[in-house]
Amino acid sequence: MPPNLQIAFRFLTAKRRAMALSLTCIVLGVGFFAVTQAATSGLKNLFISTLLGSDGAIRIQDEIQDTLRSMHATGNDPTSSFQIEEKEGIKLIEGIQQPKLLMAALRRFPNVSGMAEVLHENVLIRSNSQAEPDTAQIYGINIDNADDDFFKVSNLSKQIIGGSLDGFRANPESQILIGSVLAKRLQVDAGDTVTIAVPSVGEQRHYTIAAIYETGVEDIDKSRIYLHLSAVRSLVHKTTEASYIQVTLYDKDRAPFDAYQMQETLRYHATPWEERQVVWLSVFKALGVSSAITVSVFTLIAGVAMGSTLAMIVMEKTKEIAILRSMGYTPRDISLIFIWQAAIVLTIGCLAGCAVGGGITYLVSLMPLPIRGLFKTDFFPVGPSPWHYVEAIATAVLVVMVASLVPARRAARLQPGDVIRGTAQ
Amino acid sequence: MTGGAADDPSIALRCEGLHRYLGQGEGRVHVLRGVSFEARRGQVYAVVGPSGCGKSTLLYLLGLLDQPDEGSIWIDRELMSNSSDEARTASRGEHIGFVFQFHFLMQEFSALENVMMPMRKLGRLGPEQMAERARSLLTAVGLGEKTHRLGTQLSGGEQQRVAIARALANQPTIILADEPTGNLDAKNSSMVFDLMTRLAKENGQAIVLVTHNPEIANRCDVIRPMRDGLFI
Repeated sequence: MPPNLQIAFRFLTAKRRAMALSLTCIVLGVGFFAVTQAATSGLKNLFISTLLGSDGAIRIQDEIQDTLRSMHATGNDPTSSFQIEEKEGIKLIEGIQQPKLLMAALRRFPNVSGMAEVLHENVLIRSNSQAEPDTAQIYGINIDNADDDFFKVSNLSKQIIGGSLDGFRANPESQILIGSVLAKRLQVDAGDTVTIAVPSVGEQRHYTIAAIYETGVEDIDKSRIYLHLSAVRSLVHKTTEASYIQVTLYDKDRAPFDAYQMQETLRYHATPWEERQVVWLSVFKALGVSSAITVSVFTLIAGVAMGSTLAMIVMEKTKEIAILRSMGYTPRDISLIFIWQAAIVLTIGCLAGCAVGGGITYLVSLMPLPIRGLFKTDFFPVGPSPWHYVEAIATAVLVVMVASLVPARRAARLQPGDVIRGTAQ
Repeated sequence: MTGGAADDPSIALRCEGLHRYLGQGEGRVHVLRGVSFEARRGQVYAVVGPSGCGKSTLLYLLGLLDQPDEGSIWIDRELMSNSSDEARTASRGEHIGFVFQFHFLMQEFSALENVMMPMRKLGRLGPEQMAERARSLLTAVGLGEKTHRLGTQLSGGEQQRVAIARALANQPTIILADEPTGNLDAKNSSMVFDLMTRLAKENGQAIVLVTHNPEIANRCDVIRPMRDGLFI
């Protein structure tokens, strides 16, 4: 063991009680930082996974049409035909007229893992027990199709809580899937019949509920009705058109970049998932930052306690510092002796903090927490990541080491002659 | 004066025209007023004088623990008074051993570890050799059976003997002792002085000690009385 480290260790063990506060605060700071970040990430990850499982990573909809502004530069020559044209803005044309062609083009993007065309329309739905219809939206989807399978770009097939998909597969023209909240409101169950009316075309048909799904997202579960694409096209009298194409990606984090590329090359409006739920994502981000700041108070206290304890040790050990200097120990050695003390406590604190953080995170993940509305979960979702521990340790290292620098520098600046003269006289 | 004498290898320590002021403003005192001195290997020097005459201040200057306001100091023929803190620290570790009145043992360490401490910093010897040398020094000062006792478990006389062993650890050229027996009874004082001088003479080291004890001073090879910041 290097002499500076050995001296630091002995000084430290002589001040165990004083160092206990710093150690405890480092453990709590690192541990709670990891726990709160895991909890926030868990909620955020579950939200993102629900978001991607419902609406995919990118939604392609509405054709972009450039609008032009013209300017004639005639100058003094009235016969000049010189003309400048520049883009003034864009105009969106609702829907996708040639979805098959667009999907063929989308397949050329290497990060695209799946896609499905969707046609939706506002409708009125009524059950046999209801006098007044409810408003809802029908979504026409293709399933079990190699190149266009909505089940491959969503979690819908895994969110069935009543009935079965068999009837939906077998009877594409007459069977539907409805959300759990809407089913409850209509007081219907799988196997019941409902009437769907499309006011825009004056059409009305009867359908059998094949299955009830639950995404956990209130807005979806109370309004979406899934039908086969062919059934919707027949109902709304649109033979080829789609409302949007839902795209999934291998790397979801590249969605903004891919969406931009798709929009620029295909001239269709492409929205990445981050843009669609920017408000909630900002809320989760703010939650993560605020909880990190709150628990960092522990680390701050650890720093203050460390600084004051080391300052106390410096005052008590001035004679020892002087004798070490007289033996040939440099100011840097003296400084290192005190920095080592902080580093030893920091190492023990960080290791214990990581263990405490990991343990509490595990216990939190077992905590029952039924949530519906924004997403669906029965237990507290946690998203532990090694980066949370790296961030927690980095914060602790920064605060504690900065706090220990002041007493360490003070110890290094002590003049041995002054100390010994003061003692000898 | 800086010619032949400076190159004489028998001179372990030399200073010329040392001036030192302590305090600030109106409290500023001219403690040393141009002191010159030299110490030869194998000789024991006693610096005596009334309190406040500048004995300890001179000792700290000679030990490179403090810097003179004016004058020069040579340690083992090397001019050190104007050198950097780094060079003076290195010179202390290699050439100078200190024994203080309040022995200043590291209480959290055993006698053996205290003696090994300067050797570990100098790094000339391996761990086994350092431990062996520390044991032999402690045996020489009569503490061979107490090598693993902490400072707190040793008497005042024993602690001072550990401090002597520690001062000798790196085989320094000079031993500087500030009232080494000032805190000990007559019996322990005599034992500590005999021990220190015997070991230093065996190794050809110069000893400069500051003392108020006339008996101790009279047993030294050279006595240098001081008054008002000057040798008289």
